[in-house]
Amino acid sequence: MLEIKQLHAVAGDQEILRGIDLRVRAGEVHAIMGPNGSGKSTLAHVLSGRPSVEVTRGEVRYQGHDLLAMEAEKRATAGIFLAFQYPVEIPGVSNLYFLKAALNAIRKRRGESELDAIDFLSLAREKMKLVEMDEKLMQRAVNEGFSGGEKKRNEILQMAILEPALAILDETDSGLDIDALRTVAGGVNALRGPERSFIVITHYQRLLEHIVPDYVHVLAGGRIARSGGKELALELEQRGYAWLEKEAAAG
Amino acid sequence: MAEATKDLERLTKREYKYGFVTDIEAEEFPKGLSEEVVRLISAKKSEPAWLLDWRLKAYRRFCEQLAGDEEPTWAKVRYPKIDYQNMYYYAAPKRKLESLDEVDPELLRTYEKLGIPLAEQKHLAGVAVDAVFDSISVATTYKAELEKLGILFGSFSEAVQKHPDLVRKYLGSVVPYSDNFFATLNSAVFSDGSFAYIPPGVRCPMELSTYFRINAQATGQFERTLIIADEGAYVSYLEGCTAPMRDESQLHAAVVELVALDDAGIKYSTVQNWYPGDENGVGGIYNFVTKRGKCQGRRSKISWTQVETGSSITWKYPSCILLGDNSVGEFYSVALTTNHQQADTGTKMIHIGKNTRSTILSKGISAGHGENTYRGLVRIQRKAAGARNYSQCDSLLLGSQCAAHTFPYLEVQNRNATVEHEATTSRIGEDQLFYCRQRGISQEDAVSMIVNGFCKEVLRELPMEFAVEAQKLLGVSLEGSVG
Repeated sequence: MLEIKQLHAVAGDQEILRGIDLRVRAGEVHAIMGPNGSGKSTLAHVLSGRPSVEVTRGEVRYQGHDLLAMEAEKRATAGIFLAFQYPVEIPGVSNLYFLKAALNAIRKRRGESELDAIDFLSLAREKMKLVEMDEKLMQRAVNEGFSGGEKKRNEILQMAILEPALAILDETDSGLDIDALRTVAGGVNALRGPERSFIVITHYQRLLEHIVPDYVHVLAGGRIARSGGKELALELEQRGYAWLEKEAAAG
Repeated sequence: MAEATKDLERLTKREYKYGFVTDIEAEEFPKGLSEEVVRLISAKKSEPAWLLDWRLKAYRRFCEQLAGDEEPTWAKVRYPKIDYQNMYYYAAPKRKLESLDEVDPELLRTYEKLGIPLAEQKHLAGVAVDAVFDSISVATTYKAELEKLGILFGSFSEAVQKHPDLVRKYLGSVVPYSDNFFATLNSAVFSDGSFAYIPPGVRCPMELSTYFRINAQATGQFERTLIIADEGAYVSYLEGCTAPMRDESQLHAAVVELVALDDAGIKYSTVQNWYPGDENGVGGIYNFVTKRGKCQGRRSKISWTQVETGSSITWKYPSCILLGDNSVGEFYSVALTTNHQQADTGTKMIHIGKNTRSTILSKGISAGHGENTYRGLVRIQRKAAGARNYSQCDSLLLGSQCAAHTFPYLEVQNRNATVEHEATTSRIGEDQLFYCRQRGISQEDAVSMIVNGFCKEVLRELPMEFAVEAQKLLGVSLEGSVG
């Protein structure tokens, strides 16, 4: 589904990614861990097409296409979804309206019929149950005045409605209390399936107790310093990142 | 990236949709301003002596102002000096019209192109239209139906002939001929406009609407609108405007006067889309307009809603004089400036009566090299005990070359009054746009969505069908303005 080769990227005037290689097959869940500033969020932004991050070298193939040549909205249409670490507020635009516009923009580009208000509302209601989201939040402006937990739930709700093929979760666990974490993880697990892949970016092993990954990668200094199974996360929890950073610097 | 830039370039160069010129035989008076021209206009319309006198007084006052170089300079707008002798003050389609059937088919096609079919049977239910083409009113729809209710609606010239007493009583009662430079010019040379009178206790069953169109070259448009809501009456009125694309700028100096008696209400909505000039700031309409309403009666209410997207320069302050006790004034505004457009707009709320209330909600959007200024005055006079005002002025910036300014003036002379003012400035950020695009919404649609969200509180004050038009207009005007 996704193949990243020797990816280098610059944000601002700093080279953040320095040669990432990663392969994600359909149905797999990959966790990406690593210390602050190791390039986790930059990787998420490169994959989802943020214009302010510039790819200087490397290649990304997604479902056989050259992903880097596609604009952000085309990538969304092709099934890439990013759950933002810091979801953005859009004053005056209702959450429901925003989601309907997003879903219909994608459906239209795919040549599918657009959903009318009634069909959309019943779809949204069904998905709201999944993340235990209050319907009142749907009438409010996008993320405006939402608590940290509500914003993250809203991201998972959007994911549930847009049904992506590849979902990237950028520190979705940060700022969540344990109940919210469980709800969010439950929402993600409900969406797991043989055709859908996940890249889960997190600092902590805690999230991975709820969303059990097939692979864990550790990012340090803009490269993948180590890959392994879910047990690698536990090892990191015990030993920290410092030893890996040293290794990366030496290599 | 290069592809995206090309797209943006193509979209920025998108044509002004209403920029066409109608090829129609027009009658124009000699170029320039003179007593002769003023007399000619008045004679052309067979005006009574008192009206000619009024025009001449205004003309003389204007000559003094011109000689004294009194053209106002306090607004935050820049433009080359206007040569008042180098334009036409009157232009009209040559054929004299008695009814809609006689309207030149070319003219009808013009209005069709603008999306304003004048033929009554095809017209949107519930909107009566008066169409003003260059200097004269060409057609008024639904007239007979309105007359059954005693509502008078039609061109100003016609009102002068048919209802001279009403016109004489109220003309200049809100905006005197000596009010300001541009209002004085208008008073001398105004050619036509709309007139509406709603009799006591009548609630006008449909929206009254005027569409203004400047067609002729090098012609100023000076229309004058007068709306009177008698005791307990209510009317909702909408004005729309467009003009052809021309390289030289054209002057539009209109005056609107509203009078609301006891318990009367007037809702006045404008969607202003005069030609804004090209992307280099060449051409466009200079829109110097005086709009003012007088809440003369107790518990009367005047509400202004404006969506200003056109004109190269907008200079306009729709205001309310809150004379009657417990009267209410409202001002809801969206002003958008892009390319090299400049807008200096806002309102004046003059609280004179007791317990008068006013609300000001202004949303300014600047893109490209646009300059957007909110200028507002809230004055609470000595006797206005219990007066209340709430003002909110928000600015939204797109890009780094544009500017937004806010000048709120407060004059409070009564201690028993409440005045609140809030202001914010924000920018459409890369993060907002990326968030939308990541969800599949294109950049253009994202900008339009964010801007419409920003303006929502104002747009919902517009009558339904015009709200939809205004939303589209905001989207189209901004296409390609974010790079």
